[in-house]
Amino acid sequence: MSGAEVGPLIRSSTRPGVRFGHVSFVWRPRVVVVTLALIAATFLLFCVSIAVGDFRLGLDRVIATILGRGDAVDEFVVMDLRMPRALAGLIVGIALGVSGALTQSLARNPLASPDVLGITGGASAVAVFLVTVSGGASAAIAGSVGLSTAALAGGLGTGLLVYALAWRRGIDGLRLILIGISANAVTQAVTTWLLATADIRDVARAQAWLVGSLDNRSWDEVRVAFWCTLVLMLVVMAIAFQFKPMHLGDEVAAGLGVRYVAVRAVLLLCAVLLAGAAVSAAGPVPFVALMAPQVAMRLVGTPTPPLAASGVVGALLLIGADLVARTALPVALPVGVVTAAIGGPFLVYLLVRANLRQRA
Amino acid sequence: MTDIILRQTAPAGPAPATADVRRRRLVGLCVLIAALALAVVASLAVGARALSPSEVWHGLFAAPDPDQRRNEVRLIVQTVRLPRTVLAIVAGIALGVGGALIQGYTRNPIADTGLVGVNAGASFAVATAIAVFGFAEPTQYVWFAVAGAGVAGAVVFGLASIGRGAGNPLTLALAGQGVTVFLAAMTTAVSLSDKAAMDALRFWNAGSVAGVGFDVIGPVAGLVALGLVAALATLPALNLLGLGDDVARGLGVNIVRTRVTGIVAVTVLAGAATAACGPIAFLGLMVAHVARYLTGPDYRLLVPYAGLLGALVLLLCDIVGRVVVRPGELDAGVLVALLGAPSFAVLVWRGRIKGL
Repeated sequence: MSGAEVGPLIRSSTRPGVRFGHVSFVWRPRVVVVTLALIAATFLLFCVSIAVGDFRLGLDRVIATILGRGDAVDEFVVMDLRMPRALAGLIVGIALGVSGALTQSLARNPLASPDVLGITGGASAVAVFLVTVSGGASAAIAGSVGLSTAALAGGLGTGLLVYALAWRRGIDGLRLILIGISANAVTQAVTTWLLATADIRDVARAQAWLVGSLDNRSWDEVRVAFWCTLVLMLVVMAIAFQFKPMHLGDEVAAGLGVRYVAVRAVLLLCAVLLAGAAVSAAGPVPFVALMAPQVAMRLVGTPTPPLAASGVVGALLLIGADLVARTALPVALPVGVVTAAIGGPFLVYLLVRANLRQRA
Repeated sequence: MTDIILRQTAPAGPAPATADVRRRRLVGLCVLIAALALAVVASLAVGARALSPSEVWHGLFAAPDPDQRRNEVRLIVQTVRLPRTVLAIVAGIALGVGGALIQGYTRNPIADTGLVGVNAGASFAVATAIAVFGFAEPTQYVWFAVAGAGVAGAVVFGLASIGRGAGNPLTLALAGQGVTVFLAAMTTAVSLSDKAAMDALRFWNAGSVAGVGFDVIGPVAGLVALGLVAALATLPALNLLGLGDDVARGLGVNIVRTRVTGIVAVTVLAGAATAACGPIAFLGLMVAHVARYLTGPDYRLLVPYAGLLGALVLLLCDIVGRVVVRPGELDAGVLVALLGAPSFAVLVWRGRIKGL
């Protein structure tokens, strides 16, 4: 029976399958084409982001320098001055996008971003504590390990605590989110209280960190975020093929041979760590983790957030927003203000357009 | 998660109550009312200067007195403690009812009144009022907060009702999130460029029921009363909406009118409470779940219980906040999270909390 005879509903289930050893998946040309196009667009924007600045460079010279054929001045501007910031944007964007796709899929709720799991809340509370409480232990911590690392530890600590608290003979999506919301409320209350009792000059510094920024990134910060993200992405890729059946429900997944408790645990841990790496490099940049999977899902046309495309869309969003934040605005604002200012209306536009199209 | 999905396909309307559930409802109601009455007395008595119940009684009902000590008691009770007690009850009821309603209308167990954009709208309006007009007193910017909450709520609902997806709860939730994030960014941009706004916002954001007089509480209570009437009127229809739009329509529910009324009620309730106290996060979400545990899924009971619970929790948090960090005070909004979140987490963990 060919697909054309039985109509559109059945045809979608007779897509050709592809099998490599133990790994098999459905061949969806649109996923591949859209993802490749997104990667190309991201690379282009990445180069534009490096080219634009006080010292303007042509795109051809940027690409030549990246490939190792630039002159000494170009080499300095590209590799030392602009590359860390652009790379930070790329890595943080990918990490947030994939982390968001994982949490949204696992919790089966599009509002579930890593923020909900307490990671950004915990990181923010630690950072604000270090900024606003002067002297003693906080100065010692800030001096020895640095603000971002301490914030990372705070974020991961909270994330793991939420996970441990939500564990009760396995992890249930709703229980995890509700406990995450509770932990988030506590960390936000602590942050609010610290801000309300602090000196106003410290509050300004804390605010700038709280909104998420790519200013003054160094190769050191980029390196940490890069290795964390790379390792985690490899882990996610290695088990992602077990992930699809879980959308059908735990019982079905178990019937298909997926050890869903273990798979879910590992993927959630990856989501937490990815978000933590992103927060340590750029602060809690809002909205990318929520937005990227939803955009990717609509572009690619899958019913659940696609992992790879979500990461690419995240990078595209963050680099684009940073470009706008640096160049298009009368005053330079942190990138987090721009991701939210662009992302909010864009999400609304997507929704409205989707609604207008759905004519019965 | 699976039991939630099963629950959604099974009739979610008023199921025949078992004896167990009926007893839990009754005991819960009695305990709630008794606890609320005790909390009111405690709220009038506890503070920087502790008063005995007879002093409270005197302070409430006595006329101005030449005796200075007695007059002082009267002043404390009538101008400081009575307003904050009334506001805690009004705002608590508003946030509790709003939380239960928004979860019902969005069919989303993690929906919160902040979801429809009212908190972000109010914060942005307050930031603008301070940065642009130089207002410094809560009595001046409270009306900006009301307007901001209302406009943001109207925009979110308007956006969510364009086109065919109008009734889709997910659309509302995502539109709310989009508008919230956008307004929060604008608020940050304003407060990063204006020191005075940043300074005022950090106190307003903590969420407090203190420092507002009856001149503000009166109109806010009026708005809340309007919101409550609208909310209670939609409850039977909300139960039927739980059976799915088609079934509800078949049973004679005017779906569009019910949804519009419900969301307007949520916006008015949350907006009025937020304007008077600042954004108090988590309260509505938490008490809606606890109320659902006490009453079961029937919204005609769940929503009033959530209102009583909201008032009780906010009042208790305000009382505790007055005594824990003496001589200072901890804002009620901060304590709602610090005390409420762990106890809520325990309920979640013990499996008492279920999805919709």
